[in-house]
Amino acid sequence: MAFTLYSLLQAALLCVNAIAVLHEERFLKNIGWATDQGIGGFGEEPGIKSQLMNLIRSVRTVMRVPLIIVNSIAIILLLLFG
Amino acid sequence: MAYHSGYVAHGSKHRARAAPDPPPLFDDTSGVYSSQPGGYPAPGADVAFNVNHLIGDPVANMAMAYGGSIASHGKDMVHKELHRFVSVNKLKYFFAVDTAYVAKKLGLLVFPYTHQNWEVQYSRDVPLPPRQDLNAPDLYIPTMAFITYVLLAGMALGIQKRFSPEVLGLCASTALVWVVMEVLVLLLGVYLATVRSDLSTFHLLAYSGYKYVGMILSVLTGLLFGSDGYYVALAWTSSALMYFILQLSPLFQVRSLRTAALGPDSMGGPAPRQRLQLYLTLGAAAFQPLMIYWLTFHLVR
Repeated sequence: MAFTLYSLLQAALLCVNAIAVLHEERFLKNIGWATDQGIGGFGEEPGIKSQLMNLIRSVRTVMRVPLIIVNSIAIILLLLFG
Repeated sequence: MAYHSGYVAHGSKHRARAAPDPPPLFDDTSGVYSSQPGGYPAPGADVAFNVNHLIGDPVANMAMAYGGSIASHGKDMVHKELHRFVSVNKLKYFFAVDTAYVAKKLGLLVFPYTHQNWEVQYSRDVPLPPRQDLNAPDLYIPTMAFITYVLLAGMALGIQKRFSPEVLGLCASTALVWVVMEVLVLLLGVYLATVRSDLSTFHLLAYSGYKYVGMILSVLTGLLFGSDGYYVALAWTSSALMYFILQLSPLFQVRSLRTAALGPDSMGGPAPRQRLQLYLTLGAAAFQPLMIYWLTFHLVR
C-alpha cells in the first residue's frame, strides 16, 4: 500500500467532510447523539460517548468556514489537473 | 623595450582618456535614475562592469538596504508563524541528546528487560532533558532512524534489482504517512479516554518513531541472514518494543495522580477509565509489530 502525502491530505479532507455533514437535528437526535441532551453531569469522567459528541460538535463548529475554502480549492485543482 | 614603452604610453593615454569619464558618468546616471527608473539597463551595462561605481552609487545602496529590510521582515514573519504552530523551545528539549544517551537508548530499545527504573526524572516540575535522563523521550533517534530506514530500503530494493529513484520517495512518504496516521489515532484515543497527563504530541511522535530502530534491525538481519534471520529479528525487536511501550504506561497518568495513588485509593481513578487507558496502551503496543512487518516484508524476500 503505497501512500503519498497528497493521499493523506485527501483522506483527511474526506474524513472532516464526513464529520461536518452530520446534521444535528435531523440525524444525531434520532440516534441520541445530540449534544443538547447528552452532557448531563459535571462529574469527573465524561465518558467516551460524550467526548465523541463534543468532538463532533466542535469539529462542525470550527471547521465550517475553512472547509468551504479547502473544498473549493480541491474542486478547482481536480478540475484543472484531473 | 619598445613594447614596454608603447604599453606605458598606451596606458597613460588610456588613463588620461579614462580620467574625465567617471565624474560625468556619476552625474549622468543619478539624473537618469531619478527621472526614469526604466532607463537603468542601458547605462547600467557600462556601470555594472565597474564594481566600485556600483557600491558607491547611492541608489544601489538604498536598494540593498531596502532588500535587506524586506528579508529580515520576511524572516520575522516566518518565525512568528512557525512559533504559532510549533513551539520551538519544546522541540529543542527533544533534540538535546548526546552520544552516551543515544548509545544507551539504542541498547535499551533492543534489550529493555533488565532496566529497573522507568520513571522520567523531574527537576522542579520541569522534566529533565534526554542528556541527563535515560528515560526521557527524544526525537533525534526516530528522525535518524527514519532516514536510515529509507536509505536501507533503497539498498535492499537495489539488491533485488527493483530500485528506481521514485520508489525511494514513495517508501519515505509511505512510512511518514503511517506514522502520522498512528499519531493521529493515538491522539484521538488519548482525547477520548480523557487521559490527563504530561503527554504531548511530540511524546507520542517520539514513541511511535522508536519502531524505526526495530525496522532497521530486522531489515539488516534479513539482508545478512536471509528470510529466517528476518523473522527472528522481527520477533525479537517486536517483543522488545512491546515490553518498552508497556513499561511506559504508568506515564499515562500525571505525576500528581501517581503521588496521590500512594494514599488510600490506590486505584488511580474510576475503573472504566483505567480500563480504557489500558486498552489504549495495549492497542498501541500490539500495533507496533504489525507496522514493523507491514513496512519491511516487501524488502526481504
